[in-house]
Amino acid sequence: MSEHIVSSKLYIGIWATLMCLTVITATVAFVDLGPLNTVVALLIATLKALLVVLFFMHVKYTSEKLTKMVIVSAVFWLLILLFLSLADYTTRGIGHA
Amino acid sequence: MAYSPLAIEHKEGLQHQFVDAEQQRNAVSLGMWLFLATEIMFFGGMFCAYLVYRYWYYNEFAAGSRSIDIYLGTINTAVLICSSLTVALGVKAAQLGKRKLLVTLLLITLLFGLAFLAIKGVEWYDKYKEHHIPGPSFSAQDLIEKYPQIPIDPRPTQIYFSLYFAMTGLHALHMIVGVGIFSFILFQAWKGRFTPEYHTPVEISGLYWHFVDIIWIYLFPLLYLIDRKPLK
Repeated sequence: MSEHIVSSKLYIGIWATLMCLTVITATVAFVDLGPLNTVVALLIATLKALLVVLFFMHVKYTSEKLTKMVIVSAVFWLLILLFLSLADYTTRGIGHA
Repeated sequence: MAYSPLAIEHKEGLQHQFVDAEQQRNAVSLGMWLFLATEIMFFGGMFCAYLVYRYWYYNEFAAGSRSIDIYLGTINTAVLICSSLTVALGVKAAQLGKRKLLVTLLLITLLFGLAFLAIKGVEWYDKYKEHHIPGPSFSAQDLIEKYPQIPIDPRPTQIYFSLYFAMTGLHALHMIVGVGIFSFILFQAWKGRFTPEYHTPVEISGLYWHFVDIIWIYLFPLLYLIDRKPLK
């Protein structure tokens, strides 16, 4: 099987989407959405990161399942680090009020 | 000793331990992704520190975030996204064996990378002028006067700026390494080292460049966009 070659049109489409999302996230930051501001900013960032990983980094086209497993487990480990740390720091006040 | 039929079919650019070019490519990109997984943990520690301190000192983080230039930050995000496009198109040019196009795209990528670092330098210099570099000369007086609605303590405000400099600094260091790697790739591409059969270095350097772009995609909202809402 030969290497998958992505069309330049698709690359430019992904680039245009990323640029639009950048403008949207910077603009939405000035609108008061309460606590949702952070959620929206992080969702947009994650969408951008996904587009880069899947298309620019060719993960969508790889036939190697091990590569996908490495990526998913790396993210999973990062989430363990972040969530378990926050589970500690954000609950320290409970019961000591 | 008999000759192995595999040895006779040995192709250019194919290491003898691999069955075919596809297996070799997959192995190389898997190795690169393993390295990037360690990079995720490397940056992950900083993101974790950021989250904990942001939770503790939200007001200080909000005021600090307002003081960094969102326009320069947005422009820099755009610059990096453009550089990622030229890298992706460059890898494609290498796959198709278009040497001239590859050299051009690598040159543009390098220019984008240097532009990013230059804009970052301007931003840091602004912080220096505003006495926002943590240390003995640090002062949050301007923030207290500018945003009287946000109650802040100058000392933890330094933590925001420490994390700002540590995270953007580590990212900039990765950019400098990236510029170095791409200069080398550019030199090799110019000498015609890459063919449709063998262009692995272009591809895995591309993975590195995109990864550094992704780190910035997260740094931008986390450092620049904490709290930009109109103050009441």
